[in-house]
Amino acid sequence: MAATVVGDSVAPALGERELAARLGPIVELYRGKQGVAIPLLADIQKEMGYVAREAVEYAGKELSIPAAELFGVATFYAMFRFQPQGKYVVRLCRGTACHVQGSARVQEQLERTLEIHDGETTKDLMFTLQCVACLGCCSLAPVMMVNDDVHGRLTPEKAIQILGDLRNEQ
Amino acid sequence: MSSKMTVTIGLASCGIAAGALPVAQELERLLVGRDDVEIKKVGCIGCCYMEPLIGVIREGKTWTYGRVDLKTLHRIVEEHLNEGRIVEDHLILTEGVEDESRRRAAENPRMEKQVRIVLRNSGLIDPKNIHEYLARDGYRGLTKAVREMTRDDVIKEVLDSGLRGRGGAGFPTGMKWRFARDAKGDLPNAKNPNGTDKYLVCNADEGDPGAFMDRSVLESDPHSVIEGMAIGAYAVGASHGVIYCRAEYPMAIEHIGIALKQAREHGFLGEKILGDENFSFDIYVKEGAGAFVCGEETALIASIEGQRGMPRPRPPFPANSGIWKKPTNINNVETWANVPWILTHGASAFSVYGHGRSKGTKVFALAGKIKKGGLAEVPMGMSLREVIYDIAGGIENDKKFKAVQLGGPSGGCVPEELLDTPVDYESINATGAIMGSGGMVVMDEDTCVVDVARFFLSFVQKESCGKCPFCRIGTRRMLEILERITRGEGALEDLDLLSSLAEQIRDGSLCGLGQTAPNPVLTTLKYFRDEYVAHIVDKKCPAKVCAPLIHYVVDESKCVGCTRCAKDCPVKAISGGLKKPHHIDDETCVRCGLCKKTCPISCIAVA
Repeated sequence: MAATVVGDSVAPALGERELAARLGPIVELYRGKQGVAIPLLADIQKEMGYVAREAVEYAGKELSIPAAELFGVATFYAMFRFQPQGKYVVRLCRGTACHVQGSARVQEQLERTLEIHDGETTKDLMFTLQCVACLGCCSLAPVMMVNDDVHGRLTPEKAIQILGDLRNEQ
Repeated sequence: MSSKMTVTIGLASCGIAAGALPVAQELERLLVGRDDVEIKKVGCIGCCYMEPLIGVIREGKTWTYGRVDLKTLHRIVEEHLNEGRIVEDHLILTEGVEDESRRRAAENPRMEKQVRIVLRNSGLIDPKNIHEYLARDGYRGLTKAVREMTRDDVIKEVLDSGLRGRGGAGFPTGMKWRFARDAKGDLPNAKNPNGTDKYLVCNADEGDPGAFMDRSVLESDPHSVIEGMAIGAYAVGASHGVIYCRAEYPMAIEHIGIALKQAREHGFLGEKILGDENFSFDIYVKEGAGAFVCGEETALIASIEGQRGMPRPRPPFPANSGIWKKPTNINNVETWANVPWILTHGASAFSVYGHGRSKGTKVFALAGKIKKGGLAEVPMGMSLREVIYDIAGGIENDKKFKAVQLGGPSGGCVPEELLDTPVDYESINATGAIMGSGGMVVMDEDTCVVDVARFFLSFVQKESCGKCPFCRIGTRRMLEILERITRGEGALEDLDLLSSLAEQIRDGSLCGLGQTAPNPVLTTLKYFRDEYVAHIVDKKCPAKVCAPLIHYVVDESKCVGCTRCAKDCPVKAISGGLKKPHHIDDETCVRCGLCKKTCPISCIAVA
């Protein structure tokens, strides 16, 4: 299992009233239904940008699901994150085809340049690096997705160049 | 030109990744106001390495162009659409064409070797338009089943066809359906007069790294999967369907959603399907959340119920007690997509193709160090060599073939001497690999098989749900040993330890993930023991991949001191002034290889 830390977020905690306003409609979607944990968490993540601790506690209380159960589900699946993300989420494919075409070196170079590890966000909240199992674009290996854009046939230098261009656009 | 033309553009996610969107936009711009040409947005035909693809269709003839950028697009519009002249240098494929261009289309032989049952519509129809599916015999299989056949007839047809589960295990589909049909569902009640409270699931979780056929089918031809499920629902008496799809496949989810809505509107889903009083069935989509183990039936069921996706021991089997303890039948995307074709064309037309006990075709996702990556559907029984050399075009840069990895983390590496193995379940199993879902990753001499084994173990170790100790702890111990070996710190006894751990994990694990996790290690140990020995005894990585065992060295007699490598080095490991020989400090060096690539006179080598 991938190690997952559910800690206090670096983002400021939200008050009860704001939680109710933002999560109320989501909670209503799932009231009285069975087996809702995954879509509920996904909606919370969509709304908040991540699975915020106070949001899970709020939703759990409203729907009478123990927060521990929701966290149990959230930490099991790779999709859920517990910290806010950077402006650009860099999803580097570490599938087999990408691996044999050298994605490990791309990962090393990205980690070195961004000074973060897999799963972390740069201090300036610009980039989050996520290594993912397979993006299904194997014929363009090695591949990374930056937000919704796919970049294929990467080299370490090309990957750095792409992120450098994004930073310079600021 | 008088007759109307159609221009197709491949907009599956692989096409978009290759840059098809700006081409599509430009195409629309160029054809504004023209009523002699129609644009059709299609999925993926499988020639992913040639994308973006543009097809020109006229009078039943098709010319397909590959690697189309904006400039090529302008030429296609100018020369082909306006002047009727074929743009020879970008032509890759023709269909229904009997002139000179047919001979020049380089991909024709590759396509002609394939038999397209699952991919029958992929890349040819607009996946968002049910009428295009209907025009190609869509929903005829379902209509035939409901109007002309009994439930048992349908199961018999599928049994006779010899279709086996394409998710990897290869269990006969008809038999699986019969178990679900015979399972006792709820007793008849007001809502279900026949007592048909059973579930059907389409497993579209596709977690195998290196496999992408399910994504492609769902994006390019979603109705074939929906029709297959509706036929299955009729046969086993199910009223609820679930498509469990990876959240990482947003386009697949979008296209299924559109197709489901259209199928309902046309009466292929919903209440009293095709007027049959006793047949009601509907499907909803459940998004996965990223866990490889959810491909396992019982874990998938747990995940659909909203829990952590952990498998449980069987029995009870899902056929008797699945989702919410109801009888449940699970098949994967490719299996479902075969079903409508079998019903439409008959079991015997399907079983014409095949080898031994494996009938029909298999879709392979071709990737790795090959010239032509993409999807191919071949009749069972074709040899691995034919698939790799004739269809995937052989090895990139004409390097030497080393191994082909089949079946992902549950599979294994097949060496060159076994390349004549036919692709059928039994023959592939005999090599120690498995058919799996059909991922085929080809490796050349520059790939280290020990590193590949380590890669797969680190994958399964991360993805293990942690429920049973053999898988949770055993795979971790195996990974530690492999990491030791790739660092040059292994001992020969480690190889025996690996084998014995592998056997225990295989026999002791609760589910398929653990039971098959040692396969990549076992097959590489069997076929490439020399490479393990080289890492352990000689402290060398023959493929020059394992970083701790390689060193970058400057040939100081040749170095002219241009300082380029020193400037590029990300860790400042290179010393030496202008016009003086440079030197790499091995301790600081991170083996990124940038210096070797940068050096203008190639005086940096890997030792």
